[in-house]
Amino acid sequence: MQAPRIVVQGFTACFDGKPAVKNLDLEIFPNERLAIIGPASSGKTTFLRSLNRLNDLDHGFTHSGKILHDGKDIYDADVDVAELRRKIGMVYAVPVPLPWSIYDNLVYGLRLAGIRDRTTLDERVEKALGYAVLWDEVKDRLHEPANVLSGGQQQRLCIARVLVLEPDVLILDEPCSGLDPISTGKIEDALVALKERTSIVLVTNNTKQAARASDRTAFFLLGDLVEVGPTAQLFTKPTQKKTNDYLVGQFG
Amino acid sequence: MKRDRLIGAVLLVVALSAISGLALIAAFIFREGVPIILRVGAGQFFLSTDWEPSLGHFGILSMLGGSLAVTLGAAVIGIVFSLGLAIVLTQFAPPGLAAALKPAIELLAGIPSVVYGFVGVVTLVPLIRHALGGPGLSVLAASIVLGIMILPTITSIAIDALQAVPRSYVEGSIALGATRWQTVTMVLLRAARSGIVAAVILGMGRAIGETMAVIMVAGNALALPHSLLDPVRTLTSNIALEMGYASGDHRQALFATGVTLFVIITLLNTAALAVSRRRAGRRRVG
Ligand SMILES: Nc1ncnc2c1ncn2[C@@H]1O[C@H](COP(=O)(O)OP(=O)(O)OP(=O)(O)O)[C@@H](O)[C@H]1O
Ligand SMILES: [Mg+2]
Repeated sequence: MQAPRIVVQGFTACFDGKPAVKNLDLEIFPNERLAIIGPASSGKTTFLRSLNRLNDLDHGFTHSGKILHDGKDIYDADVDVAELRRKIGMVYAVPVPLPWSIYDNLVYGLRLAGIRDRTTLDERVEKALGYAVLWDEVKDRLHEPANVLSGGQQQRLCIARVLVLEPDVLILDEPCSGLDPISTGKIEDALVALKERTSIVLVTNNTKQAARASDRTAFFLLGDLVEVGPTAQLFTKPTQKKTNDYLVGQFG
Repeated sequence: MKRDRLIGAVLLVVALSAISGLALIAAFIFREGVPIILRVGAGQFFLSTDWEPSLGHFGILSMLGGSLAVTLGAAVIGIVFSLGLAIVLTQFAPPGLAAALKPAIELLAGIPSVVYGFVGVVTLVPLIRHALGGPGLSVLAASIVLGIMILPTITSIAIDALQAVPRSYVEGSIALGATRWQTVTMVLLRAARSGIVAAVILGMGRAIGETMAVIMVAGNALALPHSLLDPVRTLTSNIALEMGYASGDHRQALFATGVTLFVIITLLNTAALAVSRRRAGRRRVG
């Protein structure tokens, strides 16, 4: 196996002193799809937002431990946080395109990164839309407002606007929670194609989706990582009783 | 049921009498003011700087220019400080500070204007006189005092406009690698633009209508200003200064000045309303 892209070592995240993720150890490898499952308030979102340092926006947030990205602690003082967030791209549960055209949404991140050349922008846009399985649906209306798209299309747009940045890690927080099965299928297909290029961390409340669309699965409970392993194994032969209880529907 | 209808009827009468009171005032001002404009000629009235009531010369251009100058000056100062304040309070200050400061800013709106004028005369006017020359009583002094006076209006509406921008826009932008400041200029201000424009227009409406503080610091000279340090007289100041002894045509000309103000402020408020309506119409979900 290749060296891990992300190494989490004894990472604890607190809001106003209350831990939301406790002493977490976890590795994320290149070209894998890692699913994170667990009941509400188990710290899944908090963990994702720690990976791209979005929790920094919260005044009550504190942390300890390490998160290494290619060997470098992302919380080091000399880290360029904007650059980090381009490398670790995040997709939210509710797709919220910025109130601009489809095209402007897609090139926003690139422009922030200082890329202005029109040909490069257009190429990257087309490629990203291809990966997000959206190109055919929007190629003729790139300059229409993004909010005329359907919810499923908006979510794929949000994935595409992260993909244009060619991130190392794509983190998705329940990206299909508001979508119909067909849109969900399209997004899952996109993830299959994408893992050739990036690591994928998929938080999902839907255990069936985790079983379908991931290579490894981690089970979070009340801020603890209970168990992590190959998806097939975790779903058929979990080593922890708590995992088993969750999977058979004892709680959450 | 019956009581509901009774209460409804009473409230309707109250509301109608308030509105008709306002309508009567407006009608009165127009009845007193419009004939003299027609008699003097609109061109003469609005475009002449010759205001000499004892000779029957009624040209309000100097005052129009004065009002315009101090209002624009106040708008510039108001925009810079209010926007800065609104951005810091909504985006950068810890939530507690913003919650404590917003009511404090709104409290500023409750200070009587004569107090602002007095502070301006005592501190600002001598400062300008010594530092920049001229009489001190000037467009600049009036702009600064008015700018501070309209700060609560603009700030408070701008804060509302910024807070109405969904937090997910901000987070989305930051997650794509924007700094806080890039997010402010490229996402927040763009999304809140119409609310902010409306805030500024309303602030200008307040500035152009303000009287007491302006009389105290603007110098009240009857001439078009050529520099920020020139003293000016505004439309409102002129009414307040001369109404005590005006009679006949002179009195009517002052009413005509009032009509002019009325129209300008109505236009400004309508523009502010139109801008914020357009925003409401454009917003959609899903
Ligand atoms: N910004 C915040 N401020 C204070 N507490 C927070 C904040 N974000 C999360 N928490 C707390 O941290 C804990 C973990 O929340 P988190 O959102 O990470 O859970 P989750 O596993 O994503 O849950 P869900 O499945 O409901 O999305 C919760 O107890 C929550 O109340
Ligand atoms: Mg969550």
